[in-house]
Amino acid sequence: MLQYAAIVLIMLGLYGILTQRNVIKIILSLNIMEIGLNLFIISVGYVTDGIAPIMTTNHNTNSLIYVDPLPQALVLTAIVIGVGTTALGLAIAKNIYSKYGTFELDEMEEE
Amino acid sequence: MKNFLALILTLFLGFLIMSSLNNNIAFPKFGEANIGDRVSDAYIDRDVTENPGDVIFGETDGLESGPANIVTAIVADYRSFDTLGEVTVLFVSALGVALLLGTKKQKRLEIDFHPNFMLRVGSKALFGVILMTGIYISIHGHLTPGGGFPGGSMIATSMLLLYLADDNFRAKVKGFKILESIAGSLYVLIGIIGLIIGGSFLVNILDTGVIGELFSAGIIPIVYVLIGLKVGSEISNVIDNFLTEEGA
Repeated sequence: MLQYAAIVLIMLGLYGILTQRNVIKIILSLNIMEIGLNLFIISVGYVTDGIAPIMTTNHNTNSLIYVDPLPQALVLTAIVIGVGTTALGLAIAKNIYSKYGTFELDEMEEE
Repeated sequence: MKNFLALILTLFLGFLIMSSLNNNIAFPKFGEANIGDRVSDAYIDRDVTENPGDVIFGETDGLESGPANIVTAIVADYRSFDTLGEVTVLFVSALGVALLLGTKKQKRLEIDFHPNFMLRVGSKALFGVILMTGIYISIHGHLTPGGGFPGGSMIATSMLLLYLADDNFRAKVKGFKILESIAGSLYVLIGIIGLIIGGSFLVNILDTGVIGELFSAGIIPIVYVLIGLKVGSEISNVIDNFLTEEGA
C-alpha cells in the first residue's frame, strides 16, 4: 500500500507545479514530488521482516534476510541532487524577489 | 479552469501508473521483493564475479568490498563513479548559487531575526558537539548508518548554527573554497591512482582488511571522509551566499 501512497505524493507535487503561481510554492511542490519518488524507490526494495543492510555483531552473516540495499544507495544520490536543485531554485527565487519585489509570477511586470 | 485541467491530468496520470503497476508480475507487492533474483544479492555477498562464500562480521577478511554497511559498499565502491558524478552535480549547483547570488559580499543580510540569549549561549555549547558528530559520522560511514553526505550536512548545520547565533558572524569562505577544491581533487586523484595500479578508475587498491573494523575497507573511509569535507564546505558556502549581500 505504501507504494500507492508514494504515487499519490508524486501526483500531489505535479498538481502543485502545474497550478501554483508562487515561486516558493513551485519549489515546495518539486520537493514533495521528489520525496514521493524517493519513498517509491525505497519501498520497491522492502522485504517484510528484513534487516537494515548493515552487518553488526547481532546480524553477523550474509545469509540473513536483508532489505534491498541498491534502492537505498540510489535514493542517497537522489537526495543530494535534490538538495542541489533546491538550493539553485531558491537562489533564482531570491534574485526574482530582489528584482520584482514579489514571488507571485502574475504580479511581475516588465520594466 | 486551468486548475481543473491540471486535476484531470494528474488524476489520469496517477490512475495510469497505479493500474499498470497493479497485478504486474514484474512489480513485486510491498514487502514481497525477492532479493535473490536481483543484483543486490551479489552486493550483499560482496562478490559479483564468482560463487559467493560466507561473510562473517569481525572475522572474514580479504573481501572484494570490505565495509560492514552494504549501502556504503554500493555507494563508495561498486558505484563510486556514480558518486563522483553526484559530487560534481552538487559542486555545479553550489557554483550556480555563487554565480547567482555572489557579488562582492561585504556584510550580512539584514533580516528581522535577532538571536536571543538562549540561542547565543546554546550555540556555543552545541557547535562543537554537532561538528564532532558530523566528523564521526563521516569517518564511520563504512560501519554505521550515515557516511560522507549526512556527515557533511551535519558539519554545514553547525556552521548554520553559528550564522544564526551571531548577527555579524561570517565564516572564512576562502578557507572553505580551498578545502572543497582539495577534497574534490584528491577524490579524482585516488581514482586515477586506481586506474594506474589496479587497471580501472576508482578501484580499491588497498587491503580491504577484516570486515567490521575501523581500519578496513581500503580506500572507502578515505573517500567518504573526503566526500564529507567537500559536501560540508560546499553547503557552508551556499549558506554564506544566502546570508550575505552587497554593501560596505
